[in-house]
Amino acid sequence: MTPFRFAAVSTVSEASEMLRADAAGSRLIAGGTDLLSEIKEGIVQPQTVVSLQNVGGMREIVAGTDGMRLGAMATLTELEGHAEIRRSYAALAEAAASVATPQIRNVGTLGGNLCQRPRCWYYRSAAFDCRKKGGSICFAINGNSKYHAILGGGDCVIVHPSDLAVALVSLRARATIAGPGGERSMALEEFFAGPQVDIMRETVLQPGDVLTHVSLPAPSPNWRSVFMKSRERQAQDFALVSVAAAMEVADGAVRDARITLGGVAPVPYRVRQAEEALQGAAVASVDPARLGEMAVAGARPLRDNHYKAPLASNLVRRAVTLLLQDGA
Amino acid sequence: MSLKIHVRTTVNGEETEFLCEGRQSLLEALRDILGLTGTKEGCNDGNCGACTINLDGRIVDSCLVLAAEAEGKTILTIEGVASIDGLHPLQQSFLEQAALQCGICTPGFIVAAKALLEQEPDADEHRIRHWLAGNLCRCTGYDKIIRAVLDAGAVVRGAK
Repeated sequence: MTPFRFAAVSTVSEASEMLRADAAGSRLIAGGTDLLSEIKEGIVQPQTVVSLQNVGGMREIVAGTDGMRLGAMATLTELEGHAEIRRSYAALAEAAASVATPQIRNVGTLGGNLCQRPRCWYYRSAAFDCRKKGGSICFAINGNSKYHAILGGGDCVIVHPSDLAVALVSLRARATIAGPGGERSMALEEFFAGPQVDIMRETVLQPGDVLTHVSLPAPSPNWRSVFMKSRERQAQDFALVSVAAAMEVADGAVRDARITLGGVAPVPYRVRQAEEALQGAAVASVDPARLGEMAVAGARPLRDNHYKAPLASNLVRRAVTLLLQDGA
Repeated sequence: MSLKIHVRTTVNGEETEFLCEGRQSLLEALRDILGLTGTKEGCNDGNCGACTINLDGRIVDSCLVLAAEAEGKTILTIEGVASIDGLHPLQQSFLEQAALQCGICTPGFIVAAKALLEQEPDADEHRIRHWLAGNLCRCTGYDKIIRAVLDAGAVVRGAK
């Protein structure tokens, strides 16, 4: 790795200050599994790496009457094994368990998973000066595009690699950011930003911002969720396509539904048309296959990723079918 | 930039101090500074698990942890697995089952499997395969490794 200064701070504001003082040269490190790979590959060369590991309280997972508060430094293993998450937010536990390997889940964090950089092989190779690295070309658009976006791409066709993001968006999570101007919070889907907003990043984080925690609303008794992930290997792989669905079913009708796809767009992709079709629908009248088709309406596959549209469509169908069976 | 960082850890039961650079991984510190070359470098990118160590009770890829982050932590490497009384049941079992060929992945497998058997000596094949999903072996085809861990589990829980 290229040389850098390692700074273990003890407060979020200290971290924020250091990140703002040298926006170009500093990087935040949580579990480090993504950042260290980037440094080793030579695609980032920070002067300072600011570690959050000594900041108190950032790893806490707290369940209360108004929902849960998940510290950004909680590890994926901790999320996956938490009794309340498994009970009331199944999609999140399933998503956490599906990430990478046990070794990586033991150090990889919630915040790091949400803020990880794309897996696009052109981005990950120092040999390609792609748009995300300040270059003028997206090599995937006319290149090898097997793992790239079929929806919402534009000038850069990455897909967002986070499994947790897909689950958390369907679970109506909110993100809280501490920055130079104080604290702010937003729906998690607004935390992510596609290339149209800023091609150099995938979130709304600005210099000096630190994602401190994610909150989940209290679950209603009839609320169920599921996460499914299609990948080439049974372990370790990132998603080809993933889906998280969360639904409230009562008195034979769908009261509320959220469906989010991963692996298809530069951000976690809400399937709003299918969500609206489900709203208030009698369970018996729901056509999961039709919802699956709606999910990929408007998809524009690239040369190598036509398979993603039927895959996404089928995952939506399966997720909805499963939740309706469970809720019946 | 060349200012060294002083790190105090416990490695294989012994209090150990070393000086490292910010950019050095824990794998580099173990091998190049402390001379503990039992932990292997495979991919150096978190894919293969050859560099697996136990850090404060959790298995991790030491290539993806900074040496400086080990401050105050307890580390177990393959060098700490055998005791004065002899090989650990896993080591014995890997030998008996011929669960290795080139041997590069073996330290990682044994350190990872040891952490599992300490919690769940009765782990079944399915559980073992999931637990070891982060350790790659390009020689054995895994079956012998899984059998060796199952067998060692039986020894650890006194059933064999």
